Amino acid sequence: MQLFLEQVFNGIGAGAVYASVALALVLIYKSTGLLNFAQGEMALFSTYVTWWLAAEKDIDIVPAIVLSCAFAFVAGAAIERILIRPVEGSTHNPLNVVIVTLGMFLAINSLALLIFGTEQEQMPNVFPKDSYDIGGAALQKETLGLLAMLVGECAVLWALLQKTKLGLRLRGVASNAESSRLVGINTGLMLMLGWGFAAVLGALAGSMVASTRTGFDASLMQIILVYAFAAAALGGFDSLIGAVVGGLLVGVAQSLTTEYVTALDGIETVLPLGLILAVLLVRPNGLFGRRTVERV
Amino acid sequence: MAEATETKTPLFPPMPAEIRNIRIALAVVITAVALYAPFYFDETNNKIISQALYLAIAAMGLNLLTGFNGQVSIGHGAFFGLGAFTSARLMADYNWTFEATIPLVAVLTGVFGLLVGFPALRVRGLYLALVTLGLAVLFPQVANKPLLKGDRAIALVQPKPSGFESLIDGLDDDQWKYYVCLVVLVVLFVAAWNLTRARPGRAMVAVREQELAAATQGVNLSVTKVATFAISAAYAGVAGSLSVMIDGLASATNPAAYFQLSIEFLVALVIGGTATILGPVVGAFIVVILRRNTSDLIEGKEVLSPAIFGAALIALVYLLPDGVVGGIRRLFARVGQRRTSYEVATDTT
Repeated sequence: MQLFLEQVFNGIGAGAVYASVALALVLIYKSTGLLNFAQGEMALFSTYVTWWLAAEKDIDIVPAIVLSCAFAFVAGAAIERILIRPVEGSTHNPLNVVIVTLGMFLAINSLALLIFGTEQEQMPNVFPKDSYDIGGAALQKETLGLLAMLVGECAVLWALLQKTKLGLRLRGVASNAESSRLVGINTGLMLMLGWGFAAVLGALAGSMVASTRTGFDASLMQIILVYAFAAAALGGFDSLIGAVVGGLLVGVAQSLTTEYVTALDGIETVLPLGLILAVLLVRPNGLFGRRTVERV
Repeated sequence: MAEATETKTPLFPPMPAEIRNIRIALAVVITAVALYAPFYFDETNNKIISQALYLAIAAMGLNLLTGFNGQVSIGHGAFFGLGAFTSARLMADYNWTFEATIPLVAVLTGVFGLLVGFPALRVRGLYLALVTLGLAVLFPQVANKPLLKGDRAIALVQPKPSGFESLIDGLDDDQWKYYVCLVVLVVLFVAAWNLTRARPGRAMVAVREQELAAATQGVNLSVTKVATFAISAAYAGVAGSLSVMIDGLASATNPAAYFQLSIEFLVALVIGGTATILGPVVGAFIVVILRRNTSDLIEGKEVLSPAIFGAALIALVYLLPDGVVGGIRRLFARVGQRRTSYEVATDTT
């Protein structure tokens, strides 16, 4: 029981990170309808920026993360404007923008290697390293911290999208860009903001997860991105709640299989992908996704 | 367009004479170059060209599925790998000659494609892309035990068959392998060309454009989609099988390898030109050349190689949004002063 609880806690911690990246993916999917393969590498670059500010410039870790998020916001918005917008839209082959994000995936990763070096780096701790005792099982404070990050992100996103004029405009563009333009919304600006927010979510997740590990290198986000894809598909690609639920489910399921299912030793990735397959076969639009209605 | 006012326009109107002449000249030149190439280049380059050929076959398979039928897959590396492992196992354990494994691999991967195609009917678009992504990521790990017996790799050195001595005596090993790839490529591309211009091909395009409309016109959606999936998987499998002959290796050591391959197929397809016949070949050569030549472009900065590859991809998509072949078509259309309805029909939107 104690071991089980510990595995569940670990799973929740990992799941919070997947959920956070999945939120970023969903945010971009909702506004532009595309799958951003470069999301993980954008997060990786911001993580390196955090590390550089904290380790090389001696800034405290929390302000460093804030600065890095600001950087991510600007960079994300710039990427949308400069790289995505010219190839995106109904007149273009939708695969072109996929190729652009794949190109970014490769390019950003190798730029990070070039600028920050190929060695393992150590991110300063954000959360204390000790743990609480719950029924004999250790609950790491880091897990609580990651969970708090996720809850905070959800609260801010909810308040932003549901309670502000800006959020209304963002949602308008996501549901119908054409009509939004007709009522005077600057759709281009909204798309840039959407990408900016998504990049911030990625930067937060990357910096936090790096600080809980003993070291990180340029491959940090790749496996996380696969799990985040699984999480987003599980929850339904157009649902923010789905991303959170999906992320936590994938995290817990992964941690439990690693512990208990010896037949899958070394091939734990089977699980999240098997999970997506099973869920999508029953619910083709994910757990919380909305069915698309087709008109002829 | 003036033709639109006529009561009946033929499906494939005659091409303007200039375009036809250019096409014929081009075909002759390409045939000559393709036949002579292995004597002009050395062994290393022949291997690289052969790699481009098998990449082109896999990209063509993906083209049928993604370009013509509109189902996006980023998991064709799994079918490629299945073909490679099957060929390798048959050759290593049962002493099959390489060429004999190709038909069996085509059937096997085709059946496997059917099995994946049925569940794929339920998911579409982005979700399908992700399910296939899962397939490619899982494949090397799942296939390692049954197909590679846990060794993670089979290395093979298969010389050219000694059967038809008089016929192929003058050919070196690398030249023989090149011609095998070339023959398979030509056969499969002619088959694909015929398929896409016939009834099933038009059904595939109709399903891509608008499923409901296609269904009301009497196209059987499930049969079309599943069959396309199977054919496309068989193409990728044959390509994988050829890769064993060219590279002498079937390996599952790098868990991301088959995912990266899937990406390369997609990249070759898109930069060559989706829903065109020549696009996959052009794209495959561009990918192979970029992949080779960026690795030692800048002395001591090998880490930058993916950056150059990535930047080149982005630049290509910018400059030629409908692929290289699409760009050339536009050029031809300008030369001929009008676009034939065939070109309009196969343009992707």
